[in-house]
Amino acid sequence: MTTDDRKYAEQTAQIKRRFDPVMTEPIPARMYLKSPPWIDYARAAVVFGAGIAIGLAMPDFKQTAPLTASAAQLPIRAARAHVVYSPEVRHPVEVDAKEHDHLVKWLSKRLDYPLKVPVLSTEGFELLGGRLLPGGEGQPVAQFMYQDASGKRLTLYVSRSKKGEPVTAFRFAREGSVSVFYWIDNDCGYALSGELDKPALARVASLVYRQLQS
Amino acid sequence: MDFELIVPYIPNLRRYARALVGDRDGADDLVQDTLERAVRKFHLWRPGDLRAWLFSIMHNVFVNQLKARKIAPSVEIDEEMIAAHMPTVTSTDVMDLDRALLRLAPEQREVVLLVALEDMTYADVSHALGIPIGTVMSRLSRGRERLRRAMEGENPRGELRAVQ
Repeated sequence: MTTDDRKYAEQTAQIKRRFDPVMTEPIPARMYLKSPPWIDYARAAVVFGAGIAIGLAMPDFKQTAPLTASAAQLPIRAARAHVVYSPEVRHPVEVDAKEHDHLVKWLSKRLDYPLKVPVLSTEGFELLGGRLLPGGEGQPVAQFMYQDASGKRLTLYVSRSKKGEPVTAFRFAREGSVSVFYWIDNDCGYALSGELDKPALARVASLVYRQLQS
Repeated sequence: MDFELIVPYIPNLRRYARALVGDRDGADDLVQDTLERAVRKFHLWRPGDLRAWLFSIMHNVFVNQLKARKIAPSVEIDEEMIAAHMPTVTSTDVMDLDRALLRLAPEQREVVLLVALEDMTYADVSHALGIPIGTVMSRLSRGRERLRRAMEGENPRGELRAVQ
């Protein structure tokens, strides 16, 4: 927060008070049908035109490179770790969020990478804490766990990516009842798991991504 | 292609559009055009920050609308027009905020609102609007200052104020 932000805190609060109610107004049907006409149109356009129009006009259409074996394992391992630890009542984490500094220092040291722990309170999730797990090849992996007011839990699984491993797009996977959004940047692979519907999880995943980038 | 990924951001887009445009119908048209364009361009979305991407599309649509004069530039909006567009506003305070916002240059209004409503960082705004961070900072500080003066009743440009 800059001095300017503090100086204009009241102005910001006033703008929020004035326009926040729009967030909860019912969304006009034209935007929010289960299957809005523009979605049908877009789907149809993609199906019928993919080979010709899009292929010619937009060479950028090609999806990112295929996943490497270890990248393909990321959501599976993350979902399994989620299933094992998130139902824990008494020991969901090894180090509690109350010891935030210690938690971050410890896991950063074990992963040999300065970890950032996203703050998800704007989406209603508070950090419970974290734990250390063995990865696919025995390398240390970090798991952070979050919980919302209803007791629903999310886990963020962080694993160092291998040298030269290609970065991947934001991807979605489902393992049983667990939804996972995952991506790999130059340093780490990240997977956010939870038993949330896809759009809700996408929103949180986008927030996580944003905070890790900045 | 996961169009449903866009849906959770509709409330954010509507809130911002309402503040940016001023009237409900104009704002929802802006949102609708943005959604349609986002769907057409979804294959161009690269991983990551879907919110910033959607706001950058809304910015482009907004700029095009300004060019097409669908939305008159704020400085030329007169009091009757504003009043006609905001039939539901009752509180004087709120009226002042809406009117003060519409008095900002559109490019200042965008920056002020993205920071205030979306809690965007300078980098986020720079990304969404496609302008350098230095420009974000200068528009923000000018916009905030101008808004403050307008709301405190200073009237440097000597415009007439509506008498209730």
